[in-house]
Amino acid sequence: MRGREDEWTGLMRSAMAGDDAAYHRLLKAVTPVLRAAARRGLARAGQPPDQAEDIVQEILLAVHLKRHTWDSEAPFAPWLFAIARNKLIDALRRRGRRVFVNIDDFAETLPGEAPQETASAGEVAAQLGTLPQRQRDVLQSIAVEAASIKDTAAKFSMSEGAVRVALHRGLAALTAKLRDH
Amino acid sequence: MDTDQLIRTLAADNAHRAPRVGAVLTMALLVAAPLSILIFATFLGVRADVMSAMGNPFFDMKFAVTLSLAIPAIIVSLHLSRPEALLRGWGWLLLLPVGLLAVAIGSEAMMAPAMPMTMRLMGKNSRTCLMAIPAMSLPLLAGALFGLRHGAPSRPALAGALAGLVSAGLAATLYASHCTDDSPLFVATWYTIATAVVTVIGAAVGSRVLRY
Repeated sequence: MRGREDEWTGLMRSAMAGDDAAYHRLLKAVTPVLRAAARRGLARAGQPPDQAEDIVQEILLAVHLKRHTWDSEAPFAPWLFAIARNKLIDALRRRGRRVFVNIDDFAETLPGEAPQETASAGEVAAQLGTLPQRQRDVLQSIAVEAASIKDTAAKFSMSEGAVRVALHRGLAALTAKLRDH
Repeated sequence: MDTDQLIRTLAADNAHRAPRVGAVLTMALLVAAPLSILIFATFLGVRADVMSAMGNPFFDMKFAVTLSLAIPAIIVSLHLSRPEALLRGWGWLLLLPVGLLAVAIGSEAMMAPAMPMTMRLMGKNSRTCLMAIPAMSLPLLAGALFGLRHGAPSRPALAGALAGLVSAGLAATLYASHCTDDSPLFVATWYTIATAVVTVIGAAVGSRVLRY
């Protein structure tokens, strides 16, 4: 457990230093843990587990947009679990339950216990459709077609800078829509 | 969009660097401050006898009290803008103005009073105080909330209350230079009520706008 969390901290430090591959690996590594905790939270609140993936995606978006609040001298896991817990509570509350989520739901998850499949989630996809055209195009291109920023820029005759701006604004807008939805 | 696709998209945005919460909060307060100063300059202004008042330790003490509220409140609000942060171990900072006021009230009680206690407590400006501090707080409160929105507080209402303390502390610092009531009893009563009003507003608004 300790080793896993140290590894996350190391990956996050690299990510913040500009290593995109480390960031990608970190997000892949934490997702099964978040998914298992989301399922457990839903189960405890008497909700069907099929909404877990929506919650996982909301947590990932929040992690991404708030990562500047992580102190690179501090371990990553407590920060991650605090965000995850807040988003899980929000999500369950929106579904009409007053719930208490134990932080140990996250910390005690064993890596092996987490299902590995990645399910499709409805909410992000639905809100994606409400974004301005340009942001939607850029997000679709990078997410669904796995195009690079460079290829996306070429495809839409945009500068790479404009693609980056549209990408970031799109993610921020998506998060705001999910929160207020 | 499946989760792998989302992760790929987030990784593509890794180059985006957001400023620190402290930087955004500072900028927001600097943008808001001129509005509060404008309210101050239009309706209040510095008291006429300010030069001689500066020789009065109880006049100076008012600034020590208001700044010992505003500055720790800024520090604690920045601490709480991290999701895993707890108030524990930091909350005592917010007791600094309370301690200062207690010391000031004690010192005043030991001196030969110029006025009876009730007159010092009621003062001449209680109504102005109750209106001016909240009014000058509002632009600063909006700035503080805007700045803290950049963070990720786990308890939005608490963070909003701290934004209220920040703005009330700064507004009270301005107000203290206008008000001719220097008794710590006056400060402890009316400044506290005005601050409480702003803090409640901050908590109420914060519980909505500081969710992330």
